[in-house]
Amino acid sequence: MHEEVPALTATPLLETRSLTKEFRGFRAVSGVDLAVERGTIHALVGPNGAGKTTLFNLLTGFLTPTSGTVHFDGHDITGKAPEQIAPLGIARSFQITSLFEAMTLQEHLELALASPTGLANQWWRSVARLSRFRKRSLELLDQVGLADRAGAPASSLAYGQKRALELAIAMALDPKLLLLDEPTAGMGLEDVDRTIGLVKSLSAGRTVVFVDHNMHVVGSLADRVTVLQSGQVLAEGPYDQVRADERVITAYLGAVHE
Amino acid sequence: MSEQMTAKVDVDLAQPSILSRRSPWRYLMLLAGLAVLVMLPYWIYPPVAMDILCWGLFAISVDLLLGFTGLLSFGHAAFWGGSAYCTGLIAITWGVPFPVAVIGGSVFAMLIAWPIGWLSVRRTGIYFAMVTLAFAQMIYFIANQLRDLTGGENGLQGIPRTFFGIDAVENDSFYFYYAGAVLIVIGIAIAWQVVNSPFGRVLTAVRDNPARARALGYDVEVFKIKAFVISAGLAGLAGGVFAISHGFASLQELAWTTSGKVVLITVLGGIGTLWGGLVGAGVVVTLEDYLSSSGFEGIGLITGGIFVVIVLLFRHGIWGTARNALRRFVLDRRRATRD
Repeated sequence: MHEEVPALTATPLLETRSLTKEFRGFRAVSGVDLAVERGTIHALVGPNGAGKTTLFNLLTGFLTPTSGTVHFDGHDITGKAPEQIAPLGIARSFQITSLFEAMTLQEHLELALASPTGLANQWWRSVARLSRFRKRSLELLDQVGLADRAGAPASSLAYGQKRALELAIAMALDPKLLLLDEPTAGMGLEDVDRTIGLVKSLSAGRTVVFVDHNMHVVGSLADRVTVLQSGQVLAEGPYDQVRADERVITAYLGAVHE
Repeated sequence: MSEQMTAKVDVDLAQPSILSRRSPWRYLMLLAGLAVLVMLPYWIYPPVAMDILCWGLFAISVDLLLGFTGLLSFGHAAFWGGSAYCTGLIAITWGVPFPVAVIGGSVFAMLIAWPIGWLSVRRTGIYFAMVTLAFAQMIYFIANQLRDLTGGENGLQGIPRTFFGIDAVENDSFYFYYAGAVLIVIGIAIAWQVVNSPFGRVLTAVRDNPARARALGYDVEVFKIKAFVISAGLAGLAGGVFAISHGFASLQELAWTTSGKVVLITVLGGIGTLWGGLVGAGVVVTLEDYLSSSGFEGIGLITGGIFVVIVLLFRHGIWGTARNALRRFVLDRRRATRD
């Protein structure tokens, strides 16, 4: 079997084979072969309903595939649960900002940093033990420009700041693969540019897969682009090549003029 | 999308306390609470005082799930009553000092909670409540069937209050109160510790956003099961002391109305406040005692009425409303001094 062979650096970090997800006969993701090379930034684009978020949920275990396989870094992660996949080195952000509203920023990061340590199982210890992660939390918050808000509750953040906090939380897991679901959704121009810079700086030494509708974001960040339509891969390649692809243009224009 | 991913608890919680963890006010309040605890049997009939503490810890155990984990158990009578019977049987059979029997009952409650929790936590919201209710009803019927062991509808009579041959505690409910209170305080301390631990932090994360907690690598179901078992152990501790205090365990302890009453007490005190359970128990138990000794028939009508009024007017319960008011007061004053 392939799984027993130690992962070579030449193999893709993430690879899906004929990945399919059906919801009551509707194929949201249909036979997707995706290969994400180590150290690259890979964009997933496509019109609404193309299956991008479903694909994300399949990769992170929030959905179980109907058929097909997902391999990550030498592990077969097909059908594994999110809490089993996360420790292997996949961190994700959510399309709809997904935070613990009552917790402070610092507490969010402490929780993320404590995850691999087992400290969280210790009900007999004081919560003050989490403060050992304070320094690292502040560093991460500083990276996304939120260090001065460390003690504020997440609910008090502006929208763009919440997205930045999402990034910091994902980074706290020190992932090999960072999956970002529409990191710039709903942002103003200024925030979009800041997020592009942020993702660029965070991606150093990591592999990133992101979904975004904004072609400016895709063009500035992505090494490779995969275009999805109706759950299938329509085109794949470097940004300039994909952008010039006839089928892609039709798909996008078609979707716009519907 | 899976239920675990989207399910959130729709409980409107009180604002967090304005007092910092190490605020001197906290210690003062704790001292005041201890003073009330010590004085209680001087003010009211000692067995009633004991009932307040038992129901208080029972409500705290429910709050640990409802307020801090986001699970509404409607079957906690199974653990309170299960422990009441088990405690009674241990005390009758072996004649051990009552704290040993109570701990035995509490362990029994945790043992039955494990499979029940394992099967229930896959559901959330109303479905979780219904599954726990179904299991509690099952245990009620089993207890009713095992007449030789439980006494069926007559209940388990003659549970002794053995306590190292110390006559005052064994025969005087005034002194027994203090011995029982020690167990209850230990239970409250455990609940407080759980909430204020890294484990407790994860529980609130699970409550507020299970999908995010899973993406961070936390196994939401395992955390829920652990919280469920700890909660059952505390409910069992309370139920065991209750059985010893009354000298008998009846089927009423396992009835669904008992599960309902403890949820009512928890909501009345304030969900997610922990201490609210004691306040709620104080109100409900004294009121019931007062009304039943006055010969009034419709106790449920009065407690139900109060419940409706408090839930409508003070959504965060007695403790939660007080805490919110304090928070507003302090924040207003800070703003005033800054201006």
